[in-house]
Amino acid sequence: MLEIKNLVFEVPVSEGATETKRIIDDLSLVVPDGSLTVITGPNGGGKSTLARLIMGIDQPTSGQILIDGEDIAGLSITGRARRGIGYGFQQPARFKGMKVKKLLEIAAGKRLPMFACNEYLTKVGLCTADYLTREVDKNLSGGEVKRIEIATMLARDSRFAIYDEPEAGIDLWSFDRLVDTFRSIHDDGDHTIVIISHQERIIQLADQIVLLENGHVDAEGTPEELLPRLGMARKSDACRLTEPMLANIENAINVNC
Amino acid sequence: MAVDLSPIDESLLATIANLHGMPKGAFNIRRDGQLVERHSSAYIDIETQTDHPGINVRVKPGTKGETVFIPVIITQSGVKDVVYNDFYIGEDCDIEIIAGCGIHNDSHKGSQHDGIHTFHIGKNSRIKYIEKHYGEGEGTGTRVLNPVTKVYMDENSFCDMDMIQLRGVTSTVRDTTAELAAGAKLVITERLLTHDDQTAESNLNVELLGDDSSVQIISRSVAQDRSTQVFNPLVVGKAAGRGHVQCDAIIMGDAKVKSVPAIEADCPDAILMHEAAIGKIAGDQIIKLMTLGLTEEEAEQEILDDFLS
Repeated sequence: MLEIKNLVFEVPVSEGATETKRIIDDLSLVVPDGSLTVITGPNGGGKSTLARLIMGIDQPTSGQILIDGEDIAGLSITGRARRGIGYGFQQPARFKGMKVKKLLEIAAGKRLPMFACNEYLTKVGLCTADYLTREVDKNLSGGEVKRIEIATMLARDSRFAIYDEPEAGIDLWSFDRLVDTFRSIHDDGDHTIVIISHQERIIQLADQIVLLENGHVDAEGTPEELLPRLGMARKSDACRLTEPMLANIENAINVNC
Repeated sequence: MAVDLSPIDESLLATIANLHGMPKGAFNIRRDGQLVERHSSAYIDIETQTDHPGINVRVKPGTKGETVFIPVIITQSGVKDVVYNDFYIGEDCDIEIIAGCGIHNDSHKGSQHDGIHTFHIGKNSRIKYIEKHYGEGEGTGTRVLNPVTKVYMDENSFCDMDMIQLRGVTSTVRDTTAELAAGAKLVITERLLTHDDQTAESNLNVELLGDDSSVQIISRSVAQDRSTQVFNPLVVGKAAGRGHVQCDAIIMGDAKVKSVPAIEADCPDAILMHEAAIGKIAGDQIIKLMTLGLTEEEAEQEILDDFLS
């Protein structure tokens, strides 16, 4: 279980200034094991900052982050990664000279057979034959790098995974597959997933929705409780609406390689 | 074949030419300025030059699928070895050439190898050339490598050159020139690592003499500690050819890198481009790899290894 207690993160209002502003403002949150939590809210509300604090990329001004009751303040990024926390970046880094397969293997922490790489890439809608030997550099489009980022998360298989706007830059066909992938990971029940998203279809997957605004939890609850407030209706099966469309697209475009 | 190679010799040959024992086919292995072993094949003849130290390598027209190994190793301190290797490659060939030099120096005297390579590549031939430079040893003696490479490409020939300095080379001045006839295509990939107080200078001058000729120069380097690097690649378009120069350097510690890619056109139909970048390892790259469980040091090494791979 992930617990966030009275988390505060302040930064100087400008470089060198002593006056500070609060990005995260006394935020407390509980994410139960095996749950899928979607954090949503306006831009600048502190969503990505919260994810960076959990991963250890930024250090909080005060407050606690606990995994299974243990305060992880003393753990570096590497330490938290090894403790089972994973972070899929909103804007992934690119690496000159690094092949996609190599990145997946670093994520998995071991050599991967081709079929395993194939499976990860297929789940994010990428054709393995085209991508495994390509470099994760500027020759890949934003959407491609983003999908490879999510594939590294799948290869990493973190017990506690944070995805930062996974839908950003991803085309409709890959997005459908992505939603299925999140649903399937969630259905396995072994993974705790936090997704930062504005996308209705992802919000529909949530067990718990957190509305983050001005650095604190403005509201949290089940989809039934919060969807009306977000201007969305609860759907019994969020995917059903688009399934016929997906079928047509698959006939027209080979998305299975 | 009974050849007296020490473990150090064998290790150097494995590093620079991926050689484990004597290769098959044509080869010429040189150690401390002396021939160790040579073998010609049915299609590739290697002979001693008469006016210089060095060899002529003659490849018969139509030779395909063969590899020539010409590695040089230096294990004695104080050796200054200058060698001329001239390649005459007939028309319609498709071969691979593995060169390179490894220096092991445990003493205070300097060791130096200047390899002057000339390639005459016949019409429609395809050449893959791999050259690795490497230095090792505990001594204070310098390990110097100053290669000169001249490439003359006939019509519609293709040459792909990988020129790599692995590490341990105290100082290097690399001079590479090429002349391309119509339809010829040259790809030069230079990868270079310097560390400690090492210096490296690389001068490239490629002339596009025929229409539809093209050259692509990719230079990737890592400068660590207090080392310095200077790159001067120049592409001259004298015909309706295409040229692209890309220099990319990662700078670390107190290193210095100067990159001066240049293009010059004497023909209005020449299409030339250059780009250069120098920067440290991006923080988001290190953070990403740390989120995948690597330590900061492991992440940095991984990024450098991939950049120079």
